[in-house]
Amino acid sequence: MNLALSDEQVFLREAARGALSRFKTLEAAREALDGEDKALPELWPTACEAGWPGLLIDEAHGGAGLDAFDAMLVLGECGRVLAPVALLGHLPATAILGASPAGAGLLEPLATGARRAAYLPAMPPNDLVDGWCVDPKHGSARPAAPQAKDDGKGGLLVSGTLAFVPDAPGADVLVGVALLDTPQGGTPLDGVQAGGRPVGVAIESSASGVSIEDVHRYDATRSLGHVTLSDAPATLLDTPVEALAGAWHLTQALIAAESLGSVETALEMSVAYAKERHTFGRAIGSYQAVKHALTEVLRQLENGRSLLYYAGWSRHGAPAEFPLAASAARSVAGRALDQGARTMISVHGGIGATWEHDAPLYFRRAQLSRRLVGGTGAATDRVAGELIAQAEAA
Amino acid sequence: MDLDDTPEQAAHRTRVRAWLEEHKGEAPILSGEGAITDEAEIVSARRAWQGKLAEAGLAGVTWPKEYGGQGLGPIEQVVCNQEIAKAGVPGILDAIGVGMLGPTLIAHGSEEQKGRYLGPMLHGDEVWCQLFSEPAAGSDLAAVQTRARRQEDGSWRLSGQKVWTTNAQFSSYGLLLARTDPEQHKHKGLTMFVLPMDAPGVTVRGLRQISGEAEFNEVFLDDVELDADAVVGGVGNGWGTALTTLMFERVTIGLGGEGLGFNSLRFTKAIASDEHGRQDPEVRKELGEIVSELLAVRFTGYRTLTALQKGQIPGPEAGLAKVTIVNGAIKAGDLIADVLGPDALDEDSEWAYMISFLPGLKSAGGTEEILRNTIGERVLGLPPEPRLDKGIPFSELRSKEGAAA
Repeated sequence: MNLALSDEQVFLREAARGALSRFKTLEAAREALDGEDKALPELWPTACEAGWPGLLIDEAHGGAGLDAFDAMLVLGECGRVLAPVALLGHLPATAILGASPAGAGLLEPLATGARRAAYLPAMPPNDLVDGWCVDPKHGSARPAAPQAKDDGKGGLLVSGTLAFVPDAPGADVLVGVALLDTPQGGTPLDGVQAGGRPVGVAIESSASGVSIEDVHRYDATRSLGHVTLSDAPATLLDTPVEALAGAWHLTQALIAAESLGSVETALEMSVAYAKERHTFGRAIGSYQAVKHALTEVLRQLENGRSLLYYAGWSRHGAPAEFPLAASAARSVAGRALDQGARTMISVHGGIGATWEHDAPLYFRRAQLSRRLVGGTGAATDRVAGELIAQAEAA
Repeated sequence: MDLDDTPEQAAHRTRVRAWLEEHKGEAPILSGEGAITDEAEIVSARRAWQGKLAEAGLAGVTWPKEYGGQGLGPIEQVVCNQEIAKAGVPGILDAIGVGMLGPTLIAHGSEEQKGRYLGPMLHGDEVWCQLFSEPAAGSDLAAVQTRARRQEDGSWRLSGQKVWTTNAQFSSYGLLLARTDPEQHKHKGLTMFVLPMDAPGVTVRGLRQISGEAEFNEVFLDDVELDADAVVGGVGNGWGTALTTLMFERVTIGLGGEGLGFNSLRFTKAIASDEHGRQDPEVRKELGEIVSELLAVRFTGYRTLTALQKGQIPGPEAGLAKVTIVNGAIKAGDLIADVLGPDALDEDSEWAYMISFLPGLKSAGGTEEILRNTIGERVLGLPPEPRLDKGIPFSELRSKEGAAA
């Protein structure tokens, strides 16, 4: 048994920290909120230099051939400094393409970062929702995944709307799941819904029928887009349905890693302040109320970290458990992020709630992130569903 | 990163599994059909079973060979625990002795003490208990008041009271922390002793709790006489010796969190048995949150093991796992009672005992509040709470406390 970082993983993490430290990401985040569109640093070249776009692409296609846990380490570093690197959209997309011989041809420029991909998140069915569905623009009802039909020329035409797609603006290729209207029986994951059987699709964002609306939101460091597809021409991928579901779970794990990176910073800043700020003649960190609030953040952070190891290990070590592991990581990390951000504000007192302070940036990250890609709630429900299934099987 | 056995560990697992397969019929049955119900019979059957486990090398795996152990690492002990659980047989009776007190004796005891006590402890011939906590010294363990006075001939006389003593009612010996010099600062005037539980002046009384059962005991010491060679680790060194025990306590928790029986699959089964509850989004949300945290603790355990394997000692942060387990189990019991209704609280329900037991467990091994203080200070480096007991003799502490009130 070995549940520790390898030397290479420590190096990967340190290198990421070093590379991102060259940018004033927090100042930029605040300016961007003030409407300075150009304030956010252009980090994709840095990502390319470091080889991050090809992290999950095998070496034969120009990538690094690393695993999800390595990607989580990089995302954690991005989360620490709220760095807007478009990996959350890119990496799951490359995972779908990498699992499909038909998609392999697209991989090389994606591995170098010459082209950028964005994943179109579609949630695989669960206990309460029968079919594949996507995030809604408003409210809590989840629309079905996009529909695909044969274009009669060996390709597909895809139609549908996906809201709040991470890193969609500026992406060269969109990769996701569509429901192909050729009825075909199969396993529960395969075509449980009337809409058709789930298939992988790759869509050039420059193609006709593709529109991506840039969505500026509560957290300016988070690039999001509403994607509308109207008979958009798509390449049919032969990605196995497990890998299509896997991309969703991988995204959950990456968001968890990124969130816990933010919690690390929130906790470090809060602890530093609790040591230096005095009231009634004592450092505020010596008050039990403050100390306990901070150890609660540490507790949730450590729980989340342990689940990142679980997710990182299980993706290949126990693939049947990956949905559970990734969902549990997302669930715990989401709560840790909210707790960490709120504690950071309360430990700093009133100043922590002011525009010039960094705490509000982490707070904004916490509030928006927890609602993306199914939200923390869908992940938590999947944990319950997976355990109920395990309990029945036992 | 992997959870796989090394070839050596796999071979070890195979040996352990084969032994259990052959001998599991000899294990005492503690629940279900044919279960032993008589308390004394249970204890003697479990002692005999512990002897067999020790003989086969499934207990005291990390103990040095010269004391009857296997001289192996913590992973090999975990492998044994896992296989014992998988075989559905009870583990050793004296987990406190073998897991915590034996290792303390190995670290601090004299050669005579090790030669005399360790073998019978490991084999279950003599069960041990831990006589540390007192009514006014739990989280603040160094405040123990049980007084040991040295006699002119070098022997000792002890008076005082211990509490929360698991297994005391059938223990042969206890490891006891007592104050030998109240004129010293509270951490300095302490000494560790071996107490024969049948010594004149020792009274053991069961301590009934919320469930109605007595899981713990009170132990009263009334002018108990001990020989000079009952001292473990030297006079005045009791605090350092106690810290060793507490370190092994953390290791034990780190290695066997789920051994407490607070298992997410078991909780989920109860919820899933209710057709309506299992589809209720609110119930599922609560269940998902509880289960996520309990799963996290399993992997925190693996992280602890990895650290142990590399020769690192788990720090107080391992205590956070205990906070998560206890609070997770409390929430699970609450949710199960919500879903199943008052039936869950019936005496014959498998949940009533757990629900009653958990509020007290919150304070076991130090209250959650003190644990959070320790972690805040040692792990996060936060400044300590102001305290009155620094730098003054223990004997002056009471009057200082009174003046501050």
